[in-house]
Amino acid sequence: MEFAELIKTPRADNVVLHQPLSQALEGTLCLTGHHLIFSSRRRDNAEELWLLHSNIDSIEKRFVGSLGTIIIKCKDLRIIQLDIPGMEECLNIANSIEALSTLDSVTLMYPFFYRPMFEIVEDGWRSFLPEQEFGPLSLMTTEWRLSYVNKEFSVCPSYPPVVVVPESVNDEELRKVAMFRQGGRFPVLSYYHTKNKMVIMRSSQPLTGTNGKRCREDEKLINATLRHGTRGYIIDTRSLNIAQQARAKGGGFEQEVHYPLWRRIHKCIERFNILQESLIKLVEACNDQSHNMDRWLSKLEASNWLTHVKETLTTACLVAQCIDREATSVLVHGTEGTDSTLQVTSLAQIILDPRCRTVRGFESLVTREWLQAGHPFQQRCAQSAYSNSKQKWEAPVFLLFLDCVWQILRQFPCSFEFNEQFLIMLFEHAYASQFGTFLGNNENERSKLKLPQKTMSLWSWVNSSEELKKFLNPLFEANSLVIWPSVAPQSLLLWEGVFLRWNRPSKHLEEAQKETVRIINVNKELQVKVNALRRQLAELETNG
Amino acid sequence: QVEQVKLLDRFSMSNKSVTGTLYLTATHLLFIDSSQRETWILHHHIAVVEKLPLTTSGCPLVIQCKNFRVVHFVIPRERDCHDIYNSLLQLSRTAKYEELYAFSYNPKQKETERVKGWELIDLSEEYTRMGVPNANWQLSDANRDYKICETYPRELYVPGTASKPIIVGSSKFRSKGRFPVLSYYHKNKEAAICRCSQPLSGFSARCLEDEHMLQAISKANPLNRYMYVMDTRPKLNAIANRAAGKGYENEDNYSNIRFQFVGIENIHVMRSSLQKLLEVCGTKDLSVNDFLSGLESSGWLRHIKAVLDAAVFLVKAIAVESASVLVHCSDGWDRTSQVCSLGALLLDSYYRTIKGFMVLIEKDWISFGHKFSDRCCQLDGDPKEISPVFTQFLESVWNLTEQFPQAFEYNEAFLLQIHEHVHSCQFGNFLGNCQKEREELKVKEKTYSLWPFLLNEQKKYRNPLYNPDFSPELTLLEPNTASFNFKFWRNMYHQFDRSMHPRQSVLNLIMNMNEQNKQLEEDIKELEAKIKQRNGQLDAVPVKECPRSAPPALKTPPCFKKQQPLIPVNDAVRTIEGSNTADNRYSEFVEEFSKAEPAVVSLEYGVARMTC
Repeated sequence: MEFAELIKTPRADNVVLHQPLSQALEGTLCLTGHHLIFSSRRRDNAEELWLLHSNIDSIEKRFVGSLGTIIIKCKDLRIIQLDIPGMEECLNIANSIEALSTLDSVTLMYPFFYRPMFEIVEDGWRSFLPEQEFGPLSLMTTEWRLSYVNKEFSVCPSYPPVVVVPESVNDEELRKVAMFRQGGRFPVLSYYHTKNKMVIMRSSQPLTGTNGKRCREDEKLINATLRHGTRGYIIDTRSLNIAQQARAKGGGFEQEVHYPLWRRIHKCIERFNILQESLIKLVEACNDQSHNMDRWLSKLEASNWLTHVKETLTTACLVAQCIDREATSVLVHGTEGTDSTLQVTSLAQIILDPRCRTVRGFESLVTREWLQAGHPFQQRCAQSAYSNSKQKWEAPVFLLFLDCVWQILRQFPCSFEFNEQFLIMLFEHAYASQFGTFLGNNENERSKLKLPQKTMSLWSWVNSSEELKKFLNPLFEANSLVIWPSVAPQSLLLWEGVFLRWNRPSKHLEEAQKETVRIINVNKELQVKVNALRRQLAELETNG
Repeated sequence: QVEQVKLLDRFSMSNKSVTGTLYLTATHLLFIDSSQRETWILHHHIAVVEKLPLTTSGCPLVIQCKNFRVVHFVIPRERDCHDIYNSLLQLSRTAKYEELYAFSYNPKQKETERVKGWELIDLSEEYTRMGVPNANWQLSDANRDYKICETYPRELYVPGTASKPIIVGSSKFRSKGRFPVLSYYHKNKEAAICRCSQPLSGFSARCLEDEHMLQAISKANPLNRYMYVMDTRPKLNAIANRAAGKGYENEDNYSNIRFQFVGIENIHVMRSSLQKLLEVCGTKDLSVNDFLSGLESSGWLRHIKAVLDAAVFLVKAIAVESASVLVHCSDGWDRTSQVCSLGALLLDSYYRTIKGFMVLIEKDWISFGHKFSDRCCQLDGDPKEISPVFTQFLESVWNLTEQFPQAFEYNEAFLLQIHEHVHSCQFGNFLGNCQKEREELKVKEKTYSLWPFLLNEQKKYRNPLYNPDFSPELTLLEPNTASFNFKFWRNMYHQFDRSMHPRQSVLNLIMNMNEQNKQLEEDIKELEAKIKQRNGQLDAVPVKECPRSAPPALKTPPCFKKQQPLIPVNDAVRTIEGSNTADNRYSEFVEEFSKAEPAVVSLEYGVARMTC
C-alpha cells in the first residue's frame, strides 16, 4: 500500500493551529505518511510542529461555513485544533489523518521507516540480553539456571526464549508446569534479593478448575525456591472472590492443601476497562479548567485513579516487605500474569533494589519485567484517554506503573538517577514512537517482526549522552537502602507532569527547576575550586 | 511526672506505641520516650484535651493542638490520667492576658535589644515606602486617641479631601466605627486598596458623609474615577444583615462605584470546615476516596480558592483598570484582612520578602485589628469566636509559593513558624484583639516581638530559589486559580506526622547547598588571599611547580562536613534509615489480614513479626 493513496490533500495553506498554552499560529500544514507537519509562516522564527500520526488518539471535525476545524486529541493527552479553509481540503485532511492514525499493519508503522539522525554508540536491542542480566546472579548462587525451554516460543508464547528457573527443576518438568498455568506462564524468577537470598517469582494463575486439579511439578517448582524450613507468600492480585470465580473458567489459585508451605494473600488490583475508564475520567476532569472546587474534587475521586495508584503501590510494598522484613520468598500472579503482576513485581524491585533506581537499571527493569515478560504493549497502548473504541484489551497499565514510580520518586527525590522527564518520555514512547521498542505484544511477535534488525531501539537513543543529559536527576546520590514509600492518601499526589501538562503553564516551575540545577552545579564547581586552592596552598606551605 | 506512659502512633491500626515519662512544667508538657526523644507541647498550643474510656492498658488521653499536632497518650493509672487531664485543662485555659507565656518568656536578652526588637517594623515607614502621604492621600489624626474607632490603629491614611466631619460621619455609619481607610497604595497606578466594615444601611438608610468618603476615595485616583466596592461576603449573608440595620452599599446612592459580592463564607463556616477537614485527616486507614470526598465535603479548599479568587479580582481592578478598590465584609477584620493583604502580596514584590511579609502582617492583620485573641482562643472565651482566618491566609500564600517557586524570599518553614507563634502566645505581637488592647497590656514594655527572632534565624526561612529580579513581570503575580492548582497542605496539617512526609527534602538540600556555596565562596577568597600572601613571601624564591610527591593529605575543613540540616522538623534530609515499613500503613495490611483469618495464621509464619 502506498501512503500517497491515503493522502488526497498533502498540503494546505493559511491553516491556523491552536495549541494548549500558546497563541494561535498561522501557517502551512503538510501530511506525510507518518507525520502531520505544521510550519508557521513567520520566516524569522518559524515554529514547527511534527506530530506522529500514531500519537493521534481521536479526531473530530466541525464546519462553520467553508471553514473547517479539526480537533486532534493525542495519546500524550495534548489537544490541538487546526482551522483549515476550504471544506474539501479539510475533509480530505481529516480523512487522511483518520486513516493514517489507525493503520492496521505494524510493519507500516513509523519505526520501520525511521532513520536515526544520531550516532549510535550502543545498540539498545542488545543492551539487556537475558544472559547478560543473569551473569551477576550466576556468580552469587547456583540455585538458579537459565532455561531455553521456550526457545521456539512453543511452551509459552508470551515468554522470552530464555527464562530463569530453579536449578533443581528440569525442562521436562517446566513443560508440565506450563500446561498447568494459564498461557503457559510457569513461575519464573523475577528478582533475587542479594541481602537475604529471598526471591520474587511471577507466573499466571494455576489451572485448578472447579475440581481442584493439582500439578506436582508446579508444587515442586515453587517449593524449590524455599529454603529449608521456611515458608513463602503467594500474592494473588485478584480479590478472593474473583479468584474463586476464575475456577469456573478453568483457572483458580493455589490451594492450601497442595501448597502447605505457602500462605496466600489476595490484593485486588484493577485491570482492563476499569483502568481505562479511570484514566478517561481523570483526563476529562483535568481538562476542564472551569470546574469549581467541589466538582473537581468529586471528579478526581470518581475517576478512582489515585485509588488504583494506592492499591498498586500498597501491594508492591507488601511484596517488598515480605522479602526484606519477613525474609520470605514471594510468588506473584493474577490471571494472565501480564499486567498487575508485572506492576507489582517491578515496583517491588524499585523499592528493594537500588540498581533499579539508576537509568540503566530502570531500562533493564522495563526490558525484563515488561517487554520480555510479555506485557502486551501493542494492545494495551493502542489507544489512550480519548479513545471511543472501548476495546477490552486497552488499558493504561504501564502508565499506572510509571505514576507509581513517580510517587516514589517524589518521596525520595535524591534516590533516583533519572528524573520525572524520563518517566514522561517512557509514557510517550509506549504510546507512539519512532522506535521499535514498544511495538508488538511479546518477544515472540517482536522476533517475527524482526524489530531488532528493522527498527531502532529506544535505548540506543536514550543512552546517547546528548539525550541522557535531559533525563538525569541532579540530586541523585546513590543509596543502597530499601526505600519505603508512604501510601497514605495525604502522601499521594496527582501526577501533574502528565495529567496537567497541557492545562497549566509550567514556565515558573521549569525556571525554578533550572535554578535548582544551577545551585547544584555551582556547589560542585566551588568544591572543586576550594580543593584545588587548598592543594595549592598546601604545596606552597610545604615548599616554603 | 508520670512514668510508663505510652504515646500511641496516631495512625497505627495496631496501636503501636512508645513508652516514656510524661512531665508537666509551668509552660510545657514534656514527654521523653525510652530512646530519650523529647516531645514538647506548649500549654497554649493545646486546643482540646479529651479523656477516652478506660482500656485494659490504661487510660487514654488525647490532646489536640492548635498547630495540628495530635498526641494520644495511654496512662497506666486512671488517677494520674485524671490529674493530668485537670491540670492541662487549667493550664491550657488562661483567664487573663497577664498569665500568658509572653509575659513570663525570657530569652535572656538585654532590655535595649528587646526595645530595639519592637522598633524593627515601623508602619509609618511602610506607608512612606508606598508613597503616602502625597497630594491625594493624607495622614489623619482623627483616631489618635482611639476616639473614633477603638479597633483601628492611631495613625490612619485617608483621601486628602476627606475632612474630619466626613470621617466622623462616615464612621458613625459603619459597623464598629470602621470607616474606609487606606490599606495599600499602588504608586504606579495611583490606585488604592481601602478597607472598612459594612455600612449601617439597613433597608434604606443613607449617610451623606459616607457617600462623600467614597467619593473622596475615587477622586483621590486621577487615573480612574470609578472605584470598586467589594463586599467579600456571600450576597445572601449581606442581605440578611440588612434586617439587623447593617448591609451593603446601594449603587444608586454612591456615584461612580461598581459593587461586587465575592462570596467568602463567615468565620463559623470556616471553623466547622476546618473541623471537618481535621476529622478526615485524622482517620485511621483512610482510603483515597474517603480522603478526597472528605476534602470536598469539608469545603476547605473551596474556601481557600474563594479567598484567592477575591484577591485576584481586586488585583485585576488595580493592575488592569487602575481603579481603586474598597473592601469590606461585616466588621472588616477577617475576610477584609485576607483579601487586602493577599491583594497587596500579589501586587507588590516587597511583601514577598521576609521583612515585607512581617510588615504586611503587622499592617493588615495586627494594626487593623484582626481579633487574634478571639480567633486563636488565647484566653478561655467564646468558642464561637474561634476561626482559622489567619491560617487560611497563610495557606493561600503557600499555594502561591507553590505556583511561583522563585517569587518568594521565604519558604514554607517561615509560614509554619509564624502559624506556630500566632498560637503560642510566646511573643507579644499577636496578643489581644487590637492595638488599643495591646497598648493597655503594655506588650511593648513587657514582652518580646517575634520578628527579630525570626529575622535572626532567617537562614532557616530563606527560599534558596528566590530570585528578586529574575523577571520584571513577576512584580505582579497572576496566579492560576483553576481548582486543580489548590492542593492539600500536608506539611501544615500533618506537620508532626512524619511518616507521611517525603523522606528526602529537595528544599532542605538546596537550602543547605546554597548556604554551603556562600561559605565556599568565602573560603575561596580566604585561600586566594593566603596564596597571594605566600607568593609574596616567596617572591625571591621561584615557585616550584608540579611537586613530584603526592600532595599532602588534606585536612577536611569544617565546611566540608555534611552540614546539619537547618530545619529541625525535617531532620532526615538524607537519612533513610528512619524510613521503615512500620511507619507506613501498608505494613498493617498483613496484620489486619491475619486478624481477619486467624485460623490461617500460625506463629511459624511469623506474621506478627512483620509489623514490628
